[in-house]
Amino acid sequence: MSDKKVNKPRRIIIREEYCMGCRLCEVWCIVAHSKSKDIIKAYKGQEPRPVSGIYFEERGAVSFTLQCRHCEDAPCLEACLTGAMYRDKKTGMVLHNKDKCVGCWMCIMACPYGVIKPDFKKKKVASKCDLCIELEFPACVEHCPNEAIILVDKEGERIDKE
Amino acid sequence: MKTKYLIIGNSVAGVYCIEAIREVDRKGRITVVSDENIINYSRPLISYYLGGRVTKEEMAFRDKEFYQENGVQLILNRKVAKLLVEEKKVELSGGEEIEFEKLLISCGGEPILPPIEGIEKVKEGLFTFTRLEEVDRLIDYIQANKIEEVTVLGAGLIGLKCTEGLLERGLRVNIIELADRILANTFDQEASLILENALSRKNCQVRKEDTIVRVEEKKGRINKVILRSGETLSTSLLVIAVGVRPSLGLVESTPIRCNRGVLVNDFMQTNIKNIYAAGDMTEAKDFLLQKKSVIAIWPTAARQGKIAGYNMAGKKKRYNGLFIMNSVELVGVPTISFGITNPPDPENFEILSRKNEEENYYRKIILKDNKIVGAIFMGKIERAGIFSGLIREKLDVSSFKDDLLSDDFGLLVLPAEYRKHMVKGEGFTE
Amino acid sequence: MAKPKRLREFDVVRDDEKCIRCEVCCRMCANDVHSYDAETDKVSADSAKCVGCHFCEDVCPTEALVIKRNKSQIKQNANWKSDALGNIIKQAETGGVVLIGMGNDRPIRDYFGRIVLNASQVTNPSIDPLREPMELKTFIGSKPDRIELVEKKSKVRNTTEIPPQLELETPVLFTAMSFGSISLNACKSLAKAACDFGTYWNTGEGGLHKDLYPYAHRCIVQVASGRFGVDREYLKKGAAIEIKIGQGAKPGIGGHLPGEKVSGEISSTRMIPEGTDALSPAPHHDIYSIEDLRQLIFALKEATDYKKPVGVKIAAVHNVAPIASGIVRAGADFVVIDGIRGGTGAAPQIIRDNVGIPIELAVAAVDQRLREEGIRHKASLIAAGGIKSSGDVVKAVALGADAVYIGTAALVALGCHLCQRCYTGKCNWGIATQDPYLTKRLNPEIGAKRAYNLLRGWSLEIKEMLGGMGINAIESLRGNKEQLRGIGLHEKELELLGIKHAGEAW
Repeated sequence: MSDKKVNKPRRIIIREEYCMGCRLCEVWCIVAHSKSKDIIKAYKGQEPRPVSGIYFEERGAVSFTLQCRHCEDAPCLEACLTGAMYRDKKTGMVLHNKDKCVGCWMCIMACPYGVIKPDFKKKKVASKCDLCIELEFPACVEHCPNEAIILVDKEGERIDKE
Repeated sequence: MKTKYLIIGNSVAGVYCIEAIREVDRKGRITVVSDENIINYSRPLISYYLGGRVTKEEMAFRDKEFYQENGVQLILNRKVAKLLVEEKKVELSGGEEIEFEKLLISCGGEPILPPIEGIEKVKEGLFTFTRLEEVDRLIDYIQANKIEEVTVLGAGLIGLKCTEGLLERGLRVNIIELADRILANTFDQEASLILENALSRKNCQVRKEDTIVRVEEKKGRINKVILRSGETLSTSLLVIAVGVRPSLGLVESTPIRCNRGVLVNDFMQTNIKNIYAAGDMTEAKDFLLQKKSVIAIWPTAARQGKIAGYNMAGKKKRYNGLFIMNSVELVGVPTISFGITNPPDPENFEILSRKNEEENYYRKIILKDNKIVGAIFMGKIERAGIFSGLIREKLDVSSFKDDLLSDDFGLLVLPAEYRKHMVKGEGFTE
Repeated sequence: MAKPKRLREFDVVRDDEKCIRCEVCCRMCANDVHSYDAETDKVSADSAKCVGCHFCEDVCPTEALVIKRNKSQIKQNANWKSDALGNIIKQAETGGVVLIGMGNDRPIRDYFGRIVLNASQVTNPSIDPLREPMELKTFIGSKPDRIELVEKKSKVRNTTEIPPQLELETPVLFTAMSFGSISLNACKSLAKAACDFGTYWNTGEGGLHKDLYPYAHRCIVQVASGRFGVDREYLKKGAAIEIKIGQGAKPGIGGHLPGEKVSGEISSTRMIPEGTDALSPAPHHDIYSIEDLRQLIFALKEATDYKKPVGVKIAAVHNVAPIASGIVRAGADFVVIDGIRGGTGAAPQIIRDNVGIPIELAVAAVDQRLREEGIRHKASLIAAGGIKSSGDVVKAVALGADAVYIGTAALVALGCHLCQRCYTGKCNWGIATQDPYLTKRLNPEIGAKRAYNLLRGWSLEIKEMLGGMGINAIESLRGNKEQLRGIGLHEKELELLGIKHAGEAW
């Protein structure tokens, strides 16, 4: 796809000790995957609000968010009945083609991180983090006020937004 | 004809085998022989196809370009008639021969046909439910004969998936099941009951602890089924779905060792060095049982095909064994199950469960020595996959056992160190 | 009677058009100001609970929130201002002492603001710090009386024994803030910034948490009246030792960390049982004279083999100059003077606002006194309490300080918005709190970077000001009062500060 700005492998790392539980990552994930890319419109406009690619977990003072780990041996890929789940050759990311998805939930069954969500907004499809492949920087990483979510490259070196 | 890699069967195991070979060997010739006349399709989706939820085109899990891009010669609509192990070649129906260096057999399974009196006389209206062409014929038959009611023998996964497709087409379904509950292999009494109740709210009647002993035909078309209980049902469509077994026809007269399925080692290799097997016909390592078994599910076939591919191409990779898992949504109730869901000797296991019948909610966790060996999720399946990870990791759950059934169950309840490894780690690697 | 409500200080103004009901404010406010009502699908605020820390404003993704000072208040007049009225209402209700956090917020005369700096024009060239070397290096410690040189076979050897020194890359240190008064993440931030930049941080009376050991080589360990966390190991780990006698925000007052804040980590760091009140007495019970102080100074030197500078910190009070003289004579290697604007985690407001004198006057007076007595070189002088900018640093040094301590400024760099509610333990910025839900908000990586940036920014500015004055080393500015002029100050004030009025030439 030509509109993909990312062409190198990258990975999100979660540092739960700095997650303050604001859930802004979810907010901005939704915005980044909305049609308008406008926060007010994404939340208050008429368009159906997208499902965020993030699972937020919190109990007491411990909280963290989790999004697809884009595993090397992704069990979801092997479980997918339709080929909707695929690996992007350039970036190595595990991406999901909603048009091909039939909502069989095999990926939900297979994912050991439990980070694939069922999305019932339009047709029944699985939904997960695409690492904001169409943006230069994942929205959750960019907007995490406390750098609890950071981006690293293949070697584990941190990538900061310019 | 000569080829380096020959793959018999063009379903999931075959496709993953191609991908794995190509990761290692960009050039070696790959030939695939399939007795079906379609580029490829996802077999589990035939119930979706029957129900009209997907088109035939949408059933392809790899597009046309896949074979081209990977330089695969695809021979469709041809049966392999004979496997000559010594000569390292196969004979196709029609006589053509293909010599191979490495062979993957992934012929899948075939439906079991129980002995029923009178069945040999039935020429029309009798179906099994495993292949796309059968479904095409089934749909044609339903349309041509304006069928409104169907009899399904067997309430296992295939029978029920077929039932769902039929229900979606607006047909009434009578299910006959020998066991005391539906999905007896996958679920326990509780879970089966929830589904059965949900089914009965639709156009579906389930007769349990019963079976068809005799069928009657009229002009070659099925007309009546007579049950063991004495009941007679008139029907003009009977689907037999009592199970599948590995397709061993091809290997039967060869030195390839079989038990229930073709026996393979940890590298998906049969007792013949250059012959591998994968998928529903294979008896391979079972992660939970620590012995070999046939696990006829998609993810196993994919994994086994992949491992076979790597090893065929010379990259040593071990198959660590999988366990049975299924994700099935029936009449709007999503279910996911893992491993041992209904141990025959429950006294040797610890079982946790929670139920809310009104919401079709049921969750059951089966533990042995504080390790999860099985689980059932019904109604709410989000995050179920975490359990697949816990089973695989053999994680001791004693420190968070109380949380296994809690609503906010997630990675958060896992021991901090394990969780951090998961969160910070590089994702799942075998 | 109808009981009057406490005065509402702030109004939480929400633009409903912009509010997307993400509930970030609801989750983030430790004071439970915001709440979401699913029935009406509205987020509302209980403004009375708002302390004005602006955290919600900061995290609101749509900028739908503005915290405004409540204008509609009790009727005020020239004498009766709302803060006095507010405190009376509070006290009528509770019968207690009004507590407050951070430094004095009264309009006590700001001398720094009334002092201006000199710059070179024509007769002496100014220096461009980007082109020429500019030295901010500062040594804290006692300097020898004289240089001793020995000539041997026409070779001259310097045999002067130099007492232990702290070497600073900039004349700014982070002041004493204990783990307990601030979070461990706040301590880590400052400690790391100090190490990275080449200055020092201070444990306060909180002990040295093991997580801070990697930063101990740039740490001044404090010995205060409660002696919390003090053992041989602690003294040995630090780079210097500071005996705390007093603090600018609460001269003459001890400290009190309530037992509920003495968690496991704090208890082990302070070496007191978990859950017990950490009471720092007003005086050191073993110090009633300069001689007693001398005993402690030398006990500490003895314990650390005379390898570390030992200093004494006092609040700036009326007698500050003679007291400082006594401290130097007692053997201190540095003296810290904390002025009336110095901050605190908790103090009785009446003390904070009314006790002590401004740091500018105190530093000038102490420097003058020590010079007169010929002992200025025997100890370094660190000014603290109300340093708000690099300009204040330069002025403090020109008034006679060797270096300055900053506390509030450093915390502002970490996010503090001066809501002055440190004592509640509900700091939304994760600074003045031990609540694990709040402390994790301060990522010490970010904190360290920001505190470092502050030091860097100020240092660059100091170099610019020095260059402007034609001075190329901060040492040459110390006590160089000719570089200062007062504006609008009385003769007595100018005399005490030792500076001329603006308009007067050299």
